[in-house]
Amino acid sequence: MNSKKIYLDHGATTKVNDEVLKEMIPWFSENYGNPSSIYSLGRKSKDAIENARQIVADALHSKQSEIYFTSCGTESNNWALKGICYAYKKKGNHIISTNIEHHAVLNTLKYLEKQGFEVTYVPVEKNGIVSVEKIKKAIRKDTILISVMYANNEIGTIQPIKEIGELAKEFDILFHTDAIQVAGTIDIDVSDLNVDLLSISAHKFYGPKGVGALFVRRGVRIDNLLHGGAQEKTRRAATENIANIVGLAKALQMAVKNLEKYNKHIKKLRDLAIKLIMEQIPETIINGDMNNRLPGNINFSFRYIEGEGLLLFLDMNQIFASSGSACTSGSLDPSHVLLAIGLPHEIAHGSLRLTFGWDNNEEDVYIVVNELKEIVKRLREMSPLYNK
Amino acid sequence: MYTEKVMDHFSHPRNVGELKNYNAVGEVGNAKCGDIMRIYLRIEDDIIKDVSFKTFGCGAAIATSSIATELIKNKHVDVALELTNKAVIEALDGLPPAKIHCSVLAEEAVKEAIADYKKKQGIIIETHSQCDDCCRD
Repeated sequence: MNSKKIYLDHGATTKVNDEVLKEMIPWFSENYGNPSSIYSLGRKSKDAIENARQIVADALHSKQSEIYFTSCGTESNNWALKGICYAYKKKGNHIISTNIEHHAVLNTLKYLEKQGFEVTYVPVEKNGIVSVEKIKKAIRKDTILISVMYANNEIGTIQPIKEIGELAKEFDILFHTDAIQVAGTIDIDVSDLNVDLLSISAHKFYGPKGVGALFVRRGVRIDNLLHGGAQEKTRRAATENIANIVGLAKALQMAVKNLEKYNKHIKKLRDLAIKLIMEQIPETIINGDMNNRLPGNINFSFRYIEGEGLLLFLDMNQIFASSGSACTSGSLDPSHVLLAIGLPHEIAHGSLRLTFGWDNNEEDVYIVVNELKEIVKRLREMSPLYNK
Repeated sequence: MYTEKVMDHFSHPRNVGELKNYNAVGEVGNAKCGDIMRIYLRIEDDIIKDVSFKTFGCGAAIATSSIATELIKNKHVDVALELTNKAVIEALDGLPPAKIHCSVLAEEAVKEAIADYKKKQGIIIETHSQCDDCCRD
């Protein structure tokens, strides 16, 4: 029985980096002024936010004025989609997206469909990557927006964002990408990618929960999601969450600065885990393309077993991971992403996602593989689908 | 999320595996829903002398299978036929709402296995081996 806590769910969230936390603390109790106030205590807060905005702009290679802070990645995605659709509805009412987007995008699109917008969900290929050609075919005269995630949260597949960006530019269609899994892992250049809107969330790159950002290219009109005061150049009302905004900027700055070093580290651990698991656990499938993939992500399906049992046993051994199993999501259908890449239901049910982080080490990998081997064996022995 | 009883039966399932010399078997559920339960019975003179299960499913599916085998062991088949999903839930000190269907599957698996035994004696009893509303797509 393993007793060391091993966190392998960095795709779900990450812990706040010590240095990030240190920078955040004064903005809770010491410098608590409202950034909209004109006295020095308020101006100090305002300066901190604008400084943070510059840091984020530098990290994304955008202009400072193109960065807006939000309360989370979900808000960034909601705002991008709803804000563009309502601002451009006179131009058209068609949106193109994919069938593997995060629910923050998918459920927003479903809402927009109820409001009269039409959405084409381009199905991804078996490797979990969308075909640019298929997106092109989906373009109509009334298409106002394309929204494709930069990398998938479950299977880590990186989408051809630059190519889609070129396509969108060619057809004069706005392009949004949900880069929530990517920020801090891949160097993002909004100009190079030709994106008009891009969402990020701090807690995926060792920043705090409850803060995100949206890049909105200059000249792009966007309706407000939140109406009220004049914050964020009147585009997003609400008193700014200064500590969190400072935290987001610091975390992104650190992640981008150390990007190559950390990626090398997590990729090495991830690849070791793949090697050991494929060697030691028979009838295991890797889901999603192996080349165009986030360095810390791996998603397995272990045939004949169901994912929740796997997670419960891992949890008993202090190993924290996630699954595309229906049972973990509160619905009874397995992950829409695993079904989208063509996995049959029973195999999609038996999936496990491991997402490595900066603080994992080789020992973690060996412990996890050993436990996993025993757990899979045990669950298979219980399974009526397994006849070995 | 789960009670201690559920976790106990999940992590230390009773009567798991394929029974030697079983003379009745019942299977319910389907892989699409993510749950398949198979119950093996060895029945002598209408008494369930031994019972075991194999389950593909979540923690609750394994726990409900396990407790169901305990609840019917050494019982007369007609008594075992009266096993309800409520009794399964109570014996586990409760189940989360989303997992109630697992207790229904356990009840149905027991009924299916006993129906298999009765069928061999020429008695047909009605069962509902379909999971009714869990595959809603």
